[in-house]
Amino acid sequence: MKNRSVVHNSFLINTPIHEKIIQSLLFLSALFSIVITVFFVVLLSKDALLFVQDKTTSLRGFFFTTSWQPSIQQYGVLPLLNATMMTSIIAIALATPVGLCVAIYLSEYASTKFRNIVKPIIEILAGIPSVVYGYFAVLTVTPVLQALLGPEVIEIYNNLSAGLVIGILILPIIITIGEDALHAVPKSLRMGALAMGATKLECTLSVVFPAALSGISAAIIIAFSRAVGETMIVALAAGAGSNFTFNPLKAAETLTGYIVRISGGDISYNTIDYTSIFILGLLLFFITLGLNMISQAITKRYQEKYD
Amino acid sequence: MIKLLFRSLFRFLAYLLSFFQIKNKKIRELVYIIVFQLCLVFTFLTLLTLILRVIDESFGFVLTKNTKQVSEVFGETTDPNSLTKTQLINVMKDNMRRGTVRTLDTEKPLAQRTEENLLDLINEFVLEERVIKTWSLYESIFTLHSIRRIHESTPHSQLKFRNWINLTFLINKQSSFPEFTGIRSALLGSVFIVCIALAFSLPLGVASAVYLEEYATKNRLNSIIQTNIYNLTGIPSILYGILGLAIFVRLLLPLTQGRTILSAGLTLGLLCLPIIIINSQEAIKAVPNSLRNSSYGVGATKWQTVWHHVLPGSYERILTGVILAISRAIGETAPLVVVGAATFITTDPTGLFSKFTALPIQIYQWTARPQESYHHVAAAAIIILLFLIISLNSTAIILRKRVSQRKIEQ
Repeated sequence: MKNRSVVHNSFLINTPIHEKIIQSLLFLSALFSIVITVFFVVLLSKDALLFVQDKTTSLRGFFFTTSWQPSIQQYGVLPLLNATMMTSIIAIALATPVGLCVAIYLSEYASTKFRNIVKPIIEILAGIPSVVYGYFAVLTVTPVLQALLGPEVIEIYNNLSAGLVIGILILPIIITIGEDALHAVPKSLRMGALAMGATKLECTLSVVFPAALSGISAAIIIAFSRAVGETMIVALAAGAGSNFTFNPLKAAETLTGYIVRISGGDISYNTIDYTSIFILGLLLFFITLGLNMISQAITKRYQEKYD
Repeated sequence: MIKLLFRSLFRFLAYLLSFFQIKNKKIRELVYIIVFQLCLVFTFLTLLTLILRVIDESFGFVLTKNTKQVSEVFGETTDPNSLTKTQLINVMKDNMRRGTVRTLDTEKPLAQRTEENLLDLINEFVLEERVIKTWSLYESIFTLHSIRRIHESTPHSQLKFRNWINLTFLINKQSSFPEFTGIRSALLGSVFIVCIALAFSLPLGVASAVYLEEYATKNRLNSIIQTNIYNLTGIPSILYGILGLAIFVRLLLPLTQGRTILSAGLTLGLLCLPIIIINSQEAIKAVPNSLRNSSYGVGATKWQTVWHHVLPGSYERILTGVILAISRAIGETAPLVVVGAATFITTDPTGLFSKFTALPIQIYQWTARPQESYHHVAAAAIIILLFLIISLNSTAIILRKRVSQRKIEQ
């Protein structure tokens, strides 16, 4: 959407009819992305509504009871939500400090040559599919944790190892977006700080870092939304069966884990299992959409500041 | 408000850190740099551990035991390796159920198969070789003694060093025994799904990008479209699976016939669409304005300019975006599970309406099993998948580098 297209629009009156058809086709294909979003909201809500209307469920019970046992008609989303939050918070707690340290190092200390070597490696890390991370979580991280803490303390399926591996998965996001944010800080700010006699470290930590804070916050929020929606790692490593617990060493199923497990079998339509997928999906949709919008709002404000 | 929250959070962390404040500036600088570098090393180490772990699991000793002994089938003195093809076929016909022989014969006539292949089949169906215990590469090297001891204490067992990523693994169909299972139908399924996804999302994505970059004026609708595309990239992939389940599997049932490879491909097409749009937009943005203006200058219309100058000038960058989208789609698991990948399937996909499985689905199912021997198979499949994805990504990186270098030269 540049102003340059406006220049040519004055000619549109004289454009031949087939060009107009082409233009409307292009417009329709662009409109398709809106259609997808509308489908998301409409179709998810339609079946979610069936879930709410069912005799055995109530919206209040859905949000405020602490047991998710579909086999005995208990539908309280809190245990699933709690497990999702637990894995995501563990992931963020690992990825934020490590990711920011790497971002600061790459942006402020590393030479251009070194950065050119490191960036493709980080891209490879970002390209590894989540099912591979799931394998890594179950067959490497969990045994290591069990060896460290003792097999009685930590269950085979647990939120800690799932959370840690999600942390590794979102590391590249924090590194790349964080580094871009640090890189965008104008040189004059750095020069000013150095001229005042600050050391490189003081300049980085107390001038560059705060100046890039909005971009970094946006990165963390995007990474958090990625962690909330992450599926295969929790499906493999976090365990099946919901469990309302705050102990990350225990097995507890997350929102996404439940959706994958239930839809894995041949699920029949209009059963309560089927509609429960949709209400959980709708919940997930609004959580991630909300997080993404917040991070976009932050980025927008921050772009206005330096342009 | 959120910014305030983050700011106060970081202030609090800085306050906590101030307890560990080192007075000497030079030492402090050094300590911090070491911490930064350690974090970088941690990042690399995780990648390295992941890859080493997968390689570690793909090779190693396997202890097997035959249900029937070689001497029972071939007689006391004959060595199975010295037999001719016809003799091997006779052994198979004598010892196997007729139905199994017939199915194998219709797949590929027995007389046309190689002797090695026949011996493999005899191993699988006549001798019924079963895995008792497996070891990883590390264990195979460092605990050789105890492996030998277990081998000696188990009667009639064979100890073999096995490379789990072998040719039979690539061309075999799925089998219920880990040592004979293969990824042929999964690989074909993945290729089918990616092709369908691209056929759907590539034209639509490039067209949207052309509209947004070349035609769209600054109005409310267009900016909504743009924001919406950015939001679509942030939606977790499992939600695309639920959407695919609702639209393609259920709503368009007569068109897609339910849980078919077509539904799966279209679902991944929806997922690729925003990625392709955004990358194509970047590509079109990179075409210099002078090119457009000179085209208008000689009297070309808008569409002629786009078709003859803008698209050819940006196709390499669009291709980069498409490659990235493929490498994303090929590793997606969750949407395919939700759309309804078959759990056990022994036939290749034949058309748009066949049942399907894909490489990541197989990895998921094999990893989720408790038996250790399946984990080796999963590791072998992961190596194939990672090989595909890393080569796709490196192609994209190299292509991007080449394009940007050419621009500098100009």
